[in-house]
Amino acid sequence: MSTEPDVVNALSVQEIDAIEAQIAHLPDRESAAIEALQIVQRARGWVSDDSLHATAQLLGMADAALDSIATFYNLIYRQPVGRHIIMLCDSVSCFVMDGDSLRGRVTEALGVELGQTTADGRFTLLPIVCLGACDRAPVMLIDDQLFGAEQLTDLDAILARFE
Amino acid sequence: MPHIKVDGVDYEVAEGVNLLHACLSHGLDLPYFCWHEALGSVGACRQCAVLAYKDENDSRGRLTMACMTPATDGTRISITAAHAREFRASVIEWLMENHPHDCPVCEEGGECHLQDMTVMTGHTSRRYRGNKRTWENQYLGPFINHEMNRCITCYRCVRFYDDYAGGTDLQAFGSRGRMYFGRAADGVLESPFAGNLVEVCPTGVFTDKPFSANYTRKWDLKSAPSLCSGCSLGCNTFASERYGVLKRIHNRYHVDINRYFICDRGRFGMDYVNSENRIRQIGERVDAGLFRPLEASDALQRAAGMIGTGRTVGIGSPRASVEDNHALRTLVGANNFCAGLGNREAALMALAGQLYSAMPEGAIPTLHEVEQADAVLILGEDILHTAPRLALAIRQAIRNESFAMAGDAGVPLWQDAGVRGHAQHAHSPVLVASMLATGLDDIAAQTLNASPGVLASAGGQIAHELSADYAAVDDLPDTAAGFVEAAVTALAAARQPLIVTGISAGERGLLEAAANIVAGLRSEECQPRLLICGAESNSFGVSLADAELAMETALEAVSSGSADTLIVLQNDLFRRADATLVAEALRRATNVIVLDSLANPTAEAAHLVFPAATVVEATGTLVNYEYRAQRFYQVFIPAGDIQPGWRWLADIASVQGREDMGWRQVDDVVRDCERVPQWSGISDAAPPASYRTPTGEKVPREPHRYSGRTAMVADVTLHEPKTPVDEETPLAYSMEGVNVNPPGALLPYVWSPGWNSNQSVFKFQQRVGGSLKGGDPGMHLAPLDNANAASTRDYSSNGDRQPSSSDAGNEAGFSLLSVPTLFGSEELSANAAAIRERMPNPYLILNPDDAARLEVTAGQGVRYAEYSLQVHIDAAIATGTAAIPVGMPGAPPWLPEGPVTLERDLDFTPPPTIIARG
Amino acid sequence: MEIQTGQETKPLTQRIIDAGGLVNLATYEAAGGYAAARQAITEMTPAEVRDLVKEANLRGRGGAGFPTGVKWGFVPPPEKRSLGHVYLVCNADEMEPGTFKDRYLMEYDPHLLIEGMIIAARAIGADVAYVFLRGEYYEAYRQLTQAIADATRLGYLGERLFDTDFKLHLSIHRSGGRYICGEETALLNALEGKRAQPRTKPPFPPASGAWGRPTIVNNVETLCNVPGILRNGADWYQLLGSGEDAGTKLYGVSGRVNKPGLWELPIGTTIRELIEVHAGGMKSGYTLRGILPGGASTDFLTTEHLDLKMDYGTIQAAGSRMGTGTMILMDDSVCPVAMARNLQHFFAQESCGFCTPCREGLPWLEQLLADIDAGRGKPGDLELLDKNSAFIGAPGNTFCLHATGAIEPLASALKYFREDFEAHIEQGRCPYAPQHIDKQAVEA
Ligand SMILES: Cc1cc2nc3c(=O)[nH]c(=O)nc-3n(C[C@H](O)[C@H](O)[C@H](O)COP(=O)(O)O)c2cc1C
Ligand code: SF4
Ligand code: FES
Repeated sequence: MSTEPDVVNALSVQEIDAIEAQIAHLPDRESAAIEALQIVQRARGWVSDDSLHATAQLLGMADAALDSIATFYNLIYRQPVGRHIIMLCDSVSCFVMDGDSLRGRVTEALGVELGQTTADGRFTLLPIVCLGACDRAPVMLIDDQLFGAEQLTDLDAILARFE
Repeated sequence: MPHIKVDGVDYEVAEGVNLLHACLSHGLDLPYFCWHEALGSVGACRQCAVLAYKDENDSRGRLTMACMTPATDGTRISITAAHAREFRASVIEWLMENHPHDCPVCEEGGECHLQDMTVMTGHTSRRYRGNKRTWENQYLGPFINHEMNRCITCYRCVRFYDDYAGGTDLQAFGSRGRMYFGRAADGVLESPFAGNLVEVCPTGVFTDKPFSANYTRKWDLKSAPSLCSGCSLGCNTFASERYGVLKRIHNRYHVDINRYFICDRGRFGMDYVNSENRIRQIGERVDAGLFRPLEASDALQRAAGMIGTGRTVGIGSPRASVEDNHALRTLVGANNFCAGLGNREAALMALAGQLYSAMPEGAIPTLHEVEQADAVLILGEDILHTAPRLALAIRQAIRNESFAMAGDAGVPLWQDAGVRGHAQHAHSPVLVASMLATGLDDIAAQTLNASPGVLASAGGQIAHELSADYAAVDDLPDTAAGFVEAAVTALAAARQPLIVTGISAGERGLLEAAANIVAGLRSEECQPRLLICGAESNSFGVSLADAELAMETALEAVSSGSADTLIVLQNDLFRRADATLVAEALRRATNVIVLDSLANPTAEAAHLVFPAATVVEATGTLVNYEYRAQRFYQVFIPAGDIQPGWRWLADIASVQGREDMGWRQVDDVVRDCERVPQWSGISDAAPPASYRTPTGEKVPREPHRYSGRTAMVADVTLHEPKTPVDEETPLAYSMEGVNVNPPGALLPYVWSPGWNSNQSVFKFQQRVGGSLKGGDPGMHLAPLDNANAASTRDYSSNGDRQPSSSDAGNEAGFSLLSVPTLFGSEELSANAAAIRERMPNPYLILNPDDAARLEVTAGQGVRYAEYSLQVHIDAAIATGTAAIPVGMPGAPPWLPEGPVTLERDLDFTPPPTIIARG
Repeated sequence: MEIQTGQETKPLTQRIIDAGGLVNLATYEAAGGYAAARQAITEMTPAEVRDLVKEANLRGRGGAGFPTGVKWGFVPPPEKRSLGHVYLVCNADEMEPGTFKDRYLMEYDPHLLIEGMIIAARAIGADVAYVFLRGEYYEAYRQLTQAIADATRLGYLGERLFDTDFKLHLSIHRSGGRYICGEETALLNALEGKRAQPRTKPPFPPASGAWGRPTIVNNVETLCNVPGILRNGADWYQLLGSGEDAGTKLYGVSGRVNKPGLWELPIGTTIRELIEVHAGGMKSGYTLRGILPGGASTDFLTTEHLDLKMDYGTIQAAGSRMGTGTMILMDDSVCPVAMARNLQHFFAQESCGFCTPCREGLPWLEQLLADIDAGRGKPGDLELLDKNSAFIGAPGNTFCLHATGAIEPLASALKYFREDFEAHIEQGRCPYAPQHIDKQAVEA
């Protein structure tokens, strides 16, 4: 029992406020689970066991119940990730538009395969389903910025923007 | 009633059920996984597909999941159509892609629902060429093994554990083809019902850990219908043996009681039978703690001699069968017989009888009726620890509100996810009044924590507000007012309210208040019910006994020399009365004879000890909380000198030359019990030894595939031991006979062609979820109002506590209260190895102020008498009181009424926690 | 009758075209924005709004084409339900591969969606509304957040709209990912903060949806059609369509065309016109072979279907579905086996894991396709694909329609491009670009 992290210490005031703001839109606290996990993740990059526990406490739910939810969703990371996330579309339009070769270029530039993080912790490279930009295929997302084929001709320049 | 057509045959089916339920009810073989009668339908596995036809002209049909489709009148389906069969085989083929073919080393092998369904669908060869997915398993505590690779993702585990049993630490993780069922991290599964996973999982993901450490295939187990000795509910079990070892306990379906589930104390606690503390030989004490073995004939001579001389007092037991108690009572005479309950307990049990007998028929609910209550008040009994299966039933009662809502919305009640999704958090009200927080607080509409006296007062006030017949309570603390109001509102609005109380708090005011509330509620529209929990498996049975002596009177008789011999039947007297009284009696007695199964301080003090059979080694009768007499059957003949208690006593009588106890079979004792009016009816609890199946056969304890009979003891002797002949019961010790719908009480195991797993239970039910085809086991006896019997007078010496608003101690010391503990308080199960791993360290609960006064903090030690207890701090407990898990090893077995002294134990070192992981 | 000159012909996109990009609140209001919402609330009863939309024959743009006004009518009237919220949920989870229409609307004209939601809420009596927004749609989130703040400031959202008792609380749920969240009952579970497993019906969401309350789920594009109908009437809306269906549709084309893109056109525009006129035709050197007309979960059509009108009935009659109306083209450089494998990879990965055929069956299909693609196919594999497809794909065999959608492109590929599959098995290699073999083999 002594190892229980204190919710207020484990989550920042900003995180708690943001989660409470979400809860205000909903009929009960548990319903904010997915939003809450993402709020915590935006602040910390990923959701550690301790953060998960603190979040579960704040929402009034069991850790296992929250983890069950966390592990369902691919945008919630239960493992550490790099400073920047690259999401490479692997769905059908990008496939048709030779997304494979974009993937080759990206993995070569980063020196890691899909699902891995660069040694310097700068990038984590993940596959993602169709990003809804098929007219610009093949595409990828770096953090919250979308890049289409026309921009990705100069991959190095784009990667250089993300330290 | 609706009619449906299955493969051209017309069947009448129950109203409001789904097609799978309907088909199984008619004995049709339709495979399924995710559906479970108690858990409802979710449509996850898609195994139960049938071809459904739109109308008479439709010949093509359309695949439909039987479990998700109402069996409405005129429905026409085919189970055997090729398209449906092929689809079902495909479902198995999909499930088998990743299932490891580790059946030879899997505990489920031979009784695996997945194996059965695989064979039933005809899927035989593998076409999937990919790798199988693999997982790491988790440590889940001493009860359950985890082998995730075998999972077929039917979701039954989490649906039982979380949705049905209210657990929070087992979950489904991940998604797609990577679903994991387990805990967030390694650790003990917390739910007291976790053991049911063993039977709920259709394959070998969750298996019985103690069993697998000492494993035998189902087909090699010898089994008999048994009863749980863990509490007063009387859950039915299958107990199974091989090599003279009790291997495991499984749930035995009883339509009114436990249905499909039992608690972990019941499942894992019976292992006490194999305990090293067992008394297996006759012993004569030669010195303190030192016994020498004695030949039976010598021992019987000695015992007969002891009894022959002067007055003999016999103390029976609420954990011994009716037959054993009857034998002792007959041997010593009613005037010299004590039922074995402590004074307080006896008074409360007598009160229970008195209250019950004043109630109309039907007022004592079966557990299944508990599930139908639309409002529940729990008054002062922590049932999760004293009657665990009842807590599970109450968890189902809260769902009645959601069933009502679903009915209104046109959602079939078996549509589990639909009902839950629609009703969300809507619950029928449960109100919990208890000394401390309980395991049902999570479903409680309101809780009240106070001392038993205050709880009784709150109950009294509720009764007053429901009916002017009952006086108002004027000293009720303000803190209870809200609870009283909520309870009155909830109960008054209900049509089938239930009041639950019990004797564990030792507070008669609770029982009286509960009965008054029930009486106050009764009306044309309202059928209230009352449930009083006893403590032990036969508390109600012995409370019916015509016992002249109260415990303290009996002890007094011995101490005073008015009696010179004391016979104690399966009872550790230190759990029944003050230690000095007991010790004095044991010291002063010229002769002490003890018949028991496990070593205990009373047995240690005996001059002569006879090894008594446990529930699985004898045949006899127990009477549960609803006065239902139920028979348990000998599973195996124990090694050593062990005999049923009644037989030892009859043997002694016969050496004495008495003829009134010349019983040869248990049936003779049962028949003799009938002479005690209160026990009359127990013969009808089960068929007599003479019963034979319609084909003239016995019911076999061994299944038809029992193997190795000729070689089982080959390591010891080359001679095949002769199979014992059972003349005492309709059961056979061999595989000869038939187990096809015998009378329910005789059902030794479930097994049916093609259905090797426990799912074959449906083959034994009249319809799914209904009575057993052979009739439901047990026989209700009438409650007894013996309040005016002479004997009850002296119970009050110590037992009669008036309700008071505060039990708070004063400067003089602390008053002690008992907190029953699921794993530990019950005497027998506390000797099971796996249960021991789950026992907390002996502890004592204090209010923070008192802790400060004693200068202790949580985790440190406090000394009470010779006991050193670890401090727990809980603000819910009143100042001046301290609560102790009475009867747990290391904790006092009995608590005095008056104030006691507690002091900090500076030498206390917390014992190492047994469970090192998790 | 014909559309009058001066009447709107591009009710969804004209403002974006005129503004050359983002339509902010001022621009939106200047173009008559929120007048339709005012009209619905101050001048019409909910039943009138529902009837108008029904009469206009607006059909759901989320893929299934269910008539929107009819769906709205399924919400039990106030006297037939217990007290409590009614919810409106905008399905903005756009994850159907090949689909990129809802994002466009939200990023460029967020107020159109908000106004559509106000009117829909009025029609069904909802007081709380959510936009269930795909997690990766960052720009849409920024624009919608801003627009909701702006609309709230001017009193279009919140309490007492247009000085009536009508109120609407609108907020955004940012999804944690997974395609299955787009399935409306799974979406409701996700909205409730749970695992996005689909739900059983009954109860149907209009009777018992989010938190057990009456709930209507509509697609972004569906809701964006509503203000125009209020402004211009049902007749106008009917006239906008060029076939059986009414209104305009956002059509998209991706693949090896000269001008991949998205256009608002009369519903019922032909596939040929979309590819050849609007998308500028195939890139030189590439020949069209197959068309997924409405996203990844629709059956392949081929060049023989070019002259079909893209409306619900016509495409359905041809054995496919209009789906989202955003088509993916397969040209002759693309190996159909590899494409089928890419699609099955998506569907297997996006299975929620609840029911057996989908959870275990789709990965097997992916595995078989990978084998065939890598030249490891065996005789009998196509029959295995056929048989499994038939069992997995039939509606009702699985718990929800995810698996059904998964099988549509596969079964049709097996039909139209069977010789390609056979060639792989016979030759023990991929007859297309040889580099395929290596790459796929590495992954498998
Ligand atoms: C697997 C699956 C995914 C879906 N994804 C989406 C989606 O991303 N967006 C959407 O609007 N509808 C999606 N739908 C359809 C929705 O279930 C629902 O029909 C639609 O949102 C209703 O809106 P509408 O009537 O306005 O079309 C999906 C359906 C399925 C079976
Ligand atoms: S662990 Fe057992 S019960 Fe749970 S989903 Fe898997 S197969 Fe079913
Ligand atoms: S038993 Fe019917 S779908 Fe599982």
